[in-house]
Amino acid sequence: MNKRNQGPLVHITKRGVMPWYFSWGVRGAAIVLALIVCAVVTTLLTGENPLQIYATIFKGAFGTPRKIWILLQNLAILLCISLAITPAFRMRFWNIGGEGQVLVGGLATAACMICLGDRLPNGLLIPIMVAASIAAGALWAGIPAFFKAKWNTNETLFTLMMNYVATQLVAFFVIVWEVPKGAGKIGIINQSTEAGWLPQIGDSKYLLNILIVAVITLLMYVYLNYSKHGYEIAVVGESERTARYVGIKVDKVIIRTMLLSGAVCGIAGLLLVGGTDHTITTTIADGRGFTAVMVSWLAKFNPIGMIFSSFLLVFLDRGASEISANFGLNHSFADILTGIILFFIIGCEFFINYRLSFRKAAKKEG
Amino acid sequence: MKKLIALLLAVVMLLALAACGAEPATEEPQEEPSEESGETAGTVPADLKVGFIFLHDENSTYDLNFINGAKAACEALGLTEDQYILRTNIPEGQECYDAAAELADAGCSLVFADSFGHEDFMIQAAKEFPEVQFCHATGTRAHTEGVANFHNAFASIYEGRYLAGVAAGMKLNEMIEAGEFTEDEAKMGYVGAFTYAEVISGYTAFYLGARSVCPSVTMEVTFTGSWYDETAEKEAANKLIANGCKLISQHADSMGAPTACESAGVPNVSYNGSTLSACPNTFIVSSRIDWQPYFEYIIGCVINGEEIAADWVGTIETGSVVLTEVNEQAAAAGTAEAIEAVRAELLAGERHVFDVTTFTVGGESITSYMADVDTDADYTPDTEAIVDGYFSESTFRSAPYFDLQIDGITLLDTQF
Repeated sequence: MNKRNQGPLVHITKRGVMPWYFSWGVRGAAIVLALIVCAVVTTLLTGENPLQIYATIFKGAFGTPRKIWILLQNLAILLCISLAITPAFRMRFWNIGGEGQVLVGGLATAACMICLGDRLPNGLLIPIMVAASIAAGALWAGIPAFFKAKWNTNETLFTLMMNYVATQLVAFFVIVWEVPKGAGKIGIINQSTEAGWLPQIGDSKYLLNILIVAVITLLMYVYLNYSKHGYEIAVVGESERTARYVGIKVDKVIIRTMLLSGAVCGIAGLLLVGGTDHTITTTIADGRGFTAVMVSWLAKFNPIGMIFSSFLLVFLDRGASEISANFGLNHSFADILTGIILFFIIGCEFFINYRLSFRKAAKKEG
Repeated sequence: MKKLIALLLAVVMLLALAACGAEPATEEPQEEPSEESGETAGTVPADLKVGFIFLHDENSTYDLNFINGAKAACEALGLTEDQYILRTNIPEGQECYDAAAELADAGCSLVFADSFGHEDFMIQAAKEFPEVQFCHATGTRAHTEGVANFHNAFASIYEGRYLAGVAAGMKLNEMIEAGEFTEDEAKMGYVGAFTYAEVISGYTAFYLGARSVCPSVTMEVTFTGSWYDETAEKEAANKLIANGCKLISQHADSMGAPTACESAGVPNVSYNGSTLSACPNTFIVSSRIDWQPYFEYIIGCVINGEEIAADWVGTIETGSVVLTEVNEQAAAAGTAEAIEAVRAELLAGERHVFDVTTFTVGGESITSYMADVDTDADYTPDTEAIVDGYFSESTFRSAPYFDLQIDGITLLDTQF
C-alpha cells in the first residue's frame, strides 16, 4: 500500500497571452494535420487518391465563375445569420434560434409576395417586405428575450423551441399556399410577374445579397466595437452585476440586443426568399441557424473573423458536394471529411488556450 | 480505383435489381422501349454529356428507382462513365437551379430532375439555357409554359396500381373463403402522402382493381403530409389496421407501412419496388415505374437531334409500368395469371381503369367531368376528361389529374 503522491499523468494549465504567430501557427498545424488524417481516411475507405480529392474540393468551390458566385452567395447568407446571432452571443445570451428567426423572416417575405404581389408595384412592395421580414425576425427573437429579461427563463431552450414553432408555421402556410392543391409545395412565387423579387444587379443573381451582407458586416463591426450599445453588450456579457452597478439597464440591453439579432436574421430570410429562392420551404434555412453558432464561435465573435470562418465552412461544403458528384461517393463521405477538419480546427483552440504538461518519469514533486 | 467503385456500384445495382424481383412476364418489351424514338440507330457522340438531379440519394426508394433507371439507360446506350453526372441530395429550391445551371456549364446537353418541387427551378434554368434540354418527372407545366426545351414525363402508373389492386382483391377473396372475415368486412387501408391528384389517381385505381375481383370491398385512406416520413407512415398503417383494415397499400416512399404490416401480419401491396426481403410473409406484389425507357428515349432524342415530347407518358407498352414478381407465399393462388390476363385486356384497350360504369361519385355515375389539367393557382377546371365512357387519365398531360372522390373510399383526414 505504498501510496505515493504522483499527481495526474497530464497536467493542464491555462496559457498566458500568446503572441499572434503562435496561435496562428497552431491553427495552421491543425489544418495540415486535418488534411493528412482526411487523406488517410480517404485512401483507406475509398481507395481514391487523396490529392485528387483535394483538387476536387477546390474545383467544387472555384471551378467556374458560377461556382464562385454560388460560393459567395452561400457565404453571404451564412455570414449574415452568424452576424445576427453574434451580438446576443457577446452578451452571453445563447440564441440558438437563428433557424426559426430566418424562417419567420422568410415567411413574412413570402406572405407579402403572395398576398400583395399583384396589388402593389415593386417600389412599394419591396419596402413592405423588408419591414415585414425585419419585424417578424425581431418578434421571434424578442419573445424569448422578454421572458429572459422579465422572468429569467432559459434562453437556450426557449430560442430552440421557437425554431420548431417557426418550422411548423411555415409547414402550415405551405399547405395554405400550395400550388397545385395537395402538392405540398409553393414553387417559385410570382415566376411570371417577378413581383417582389429583389432587383438584380447586372448579370449576377447574387451580387445584391453579397453587397447587402458586406454592408451589414461592416456596420456590425462598428456597432459592436465602437458604439455605446456595443460596449454595454460586452459589459453585460462579462458580468450582469457589474453592468447593473455601473448603471446599465440589463433588461433593456437584453431585449434591445435580441431584437437586433432577430432583425438581422429576418433580413437573411428576406434575402433567401426575396433575393434568390423566391419560394419558401421548411428547409430553406438548411440548418444554417445552427452552423452560424459555430461560425461565430470559431471567429471569437469578431465580425471580420467570421468572414473567414464562414468561408471555410462554405468552401468545405461546396467541395464536399463536388466530391460526391465526381467520385460517385455518397454525400455522407464528404460530411465525414468536413467533420474531421472541423474537429481539428475546434480542437486546436484548446491547445492555444491551455498548455499540457506531462508527468516527468522522475518524480520531483515537493 | 474508379473501376473498383464502378464494380461496386454494378454489384449494388444488381442486388437492387434482384431485390426488385426478376421482372416478371409483365416486362417483355425491354429491348424496344419506345418505337418512335429509334435511338438504337444513333451512335453516341464523344462530347455528349447528360446530367441528372435527384432530391435524395439511394437511401430513398423513390430516388433509387430513378438512379437505377438512369444508370441502366446510360449503360445500355453505351455512354461512358464520364458522360453522365449524377447529382444527389438537391433540395427543391435555388439549389436545384444552381445544380441545373452548373450541369449546363459542365457541357451537359440534357438535364433531368426527378422531384415535383424541382419544376419551377428547372423552368428557370431552361429559359436561361435554350440550347440545353431540360426534362422533369412528375411536373405539370411543360404543356402550358411554352418553353420549347422544357419537358415533363410521367407514366400511367395508375394501370400498375390497378393490376396491384387485382392482386389485393384476390387476397381478400382468399381470406374471405378461409373464413377469416365476412364479405362485408373486406376493407383495405391506404397510406397516402398528400391529397394530390397523383395520390388520388393511384389509390382510386388500386381500389377499382381490387373491386373488380372483390365487389364488396371498401377502403380507408389516410394522409401523412410527407413523401418520406417513416414514423408517420408506420403510425398511419397501424391506425388503419386497428380500424379493421385487412390489407394495406401505400403511396409514400419509406418502409414505414410495409414493416408495420409485417409485424402485424397484415398483407401489404407495395410501391416503388419490392419489399420482399424485409416483409417475406406479408409482401404480395409491388408496382413501380421503370424510368429506363424514358431516359433512353430522351438521350436518343438528343443524340439524333429530335424534338423531345413536351409530355411523355410511359405505359405498360413502353415497359415503363411494371410489377415486381408476385410473392407466392403471401399472395392468393393464381394471382400472377390473373394479373397477366387483366394486363392483356388493358394493353388491348378492352378494359379501362377509370371506366365510368365501374364507379359512382356521390351515388351517381358521371358522364362529364372537367379536370384541372392546366395548372393555375385557382384550380380552374379546364378540360373534359371523360372520353368514350372512361376517365382519360394522363393523356392531356403526363402528370395525373384524376381527383374525383368515388364511392366506397373513405378519407379519414384531408388536412394535407
